[in-house]
Amino acid sequence: MKYALLLMGHVDDPACGEDGCAKPEDFFAFDQEITAAGVVVSSFALEDERVVVHTDDAGERVVASSGPFAEVQEFVGGGYIIDVDDVDEAIAWARRSPGSAAGGHVEIRPLAPY
Amino acid sequence: MSDATQRALAAVDHDGRSRLLATLTRQFGDLDLAEDALQDALAQALVSWPESGVPRSPVAWLTTTARRKALDVVRRDAVLATKLARLRDEASRAPNPSGGEEAVPDDRLGMFFACTHPVLRPEDRIALMLRFVGGLSTVEVAHALLTPTATVQQRIVRAKKRIRALGVPFTPPRTDDLPDRIDGVLRVVYLLFSEGFARSTGRAHVDDDLTAEAVRLARLLHRLLPTAETTGLLALLLLTQARRPARTTADGIPVPLADQDRSRWIGDLIVEGLALAESAAGSRGAGPYAIQASIAAVHAEARTADDTDWSQIAVLYRLLQDHDPGPVVRVGRAVAVGRAFGPHRGLDLLDALREEPALARYRPFHIARAITLAEVGDSDGAAAAYRRALELPGNTAEDDFLADALDEFGDRSPDS
Repeated sequence: MKYALLLMGHVDDPACGEDGCAKPEDFFAFDQEITAAGVVVSSFALEDERVVVHTDDAGERVVASSGPFAEVQEFVGGGYIIDVDDVDEAIAWARRSPGSAAGGHVEIRPLAPY
Repeated sequence: MSDATQRALAAVDHDGRSRLLATLTRQFGDLDLAEDALQDALAQALVSWPESGVPRSPVAWLTTTARRKALDVVRRDAVLATKLARLRDEASRAPNPSGGEEAVPDDRLGMFFACTHPVLRPEDRIALMLRFVGGLSTVEVAHALLTPTATVQQRIVRAKKRIRALGVPFTPPRTDDLPDRIDGVLRVVYLLFSEGFARSTGRAHVDDDLTAEAVRLARLLHRLLPTAETTGLLALLLLTQARRPARTTADGIPVPLADQDRSRWIGDLIVEGLALAESAAGSRGAGPYAIQASIAAVHAEARTADDTDWSQIAVLYRLLQDHDPGPVVRVGRAVAVGRAFGPHRGLDLLDALREEPALARYRPFHIARAITLAEVGDSDGAAAAYRRALELPGNTAEDDFLADALDEFGDRSPDS
């Protein structure tokens, strides 16, 4: 089954500031490990959530506007699509990811089969 | 349908079916598919066996047929085609799917653990397990959980959808996940035993297959993880099971604990149960099952009903209530207090529980009130409580017992 691992951060969480949060090297090391395991279908890292552009159907036309959006507390920092046997394996990878370290969490979503 | 076919199919009813379902589910990794295939195989047996004769091993025949039916479905259905890749032949499977650790050595126990998976909602887990692993009907599950049938149905549908969408594995968890998951499994084994011990429907009071299966599973769990609570559960089931020969008359009518011929209790089980109960009570982490085992041990040690140390039982119930403040435990405590300190005190505690909605439909509560009311000399109240108990669903053997009790008060409703 395919699962999306969404690596989430929290803008206000002090543990995910300049220090205390998982370091980029941790993410690189995890990326090497999960890629070497052969379960990655695709993966991505996102630029800073402050450069976000937002679209919204305001009734007449879709509006695009730039951030930041103060009301958003959580953001997706990056993600993986992995193909593993079952949710246990997906959970095991999510636990290993630095995204699960203090200040962040990993959301596991099965890909819908259509 | 021929008699032989009917008998052979009845023989694989509760126990065999849930075993079959566990095997099929592990092989296909899909509960719905396994369930449909098993139904198809049972239907096929109704057609085939009267002509071909009952096969030597009906369970093996049903397994093979169900597997073939499931494969047909998978091949026919394009959406399910990907599942074909996931099918694993029993023989080709590594004995240990989850890596280097020791796996749970039992199909059904593996499925129990799968159903306690943390991604399932806690309230859905037990319903799911009783229904599919315990082989109980939705009505029986509803009774075991003191929950309306419609609610149970919803929970099962929701849990099945979640299992499918999330890809919850039907394989035993890794050994290091066992301690986290064991509580839910213990509870289901306990409920399974309870349902077998006093049936919620049907003719018989006791279902020996269910209790035997619960004891088997409890032994397996105890071997797997000998904690205070697994030891306590096993002790509790053994000590309760030991009373089996004295629990019903030759006609199958239940005999209350006080009236049981204690010489007919099974000595071997008592000896084993007492040793386990003692070890459970003395272990770190002793909880509800260890306490309940201690209560059963106090009963087992009394030579006659009058010798029972009710004040110790009342103390144990108070400890139990700290762990489980639920209404059923409070009924047990009220009875113990009544025996230890007089029926009036017991009745006070029971009357305090009358507003509990869960107890309104709980037969033992009304029976306990009836007995206590009779003891304080309130015959009308006792008769009313017996009548209320009779109105509630239960097995017919128990109905007969209640009708007899009601007769003693010379007050039987005209159409019962």
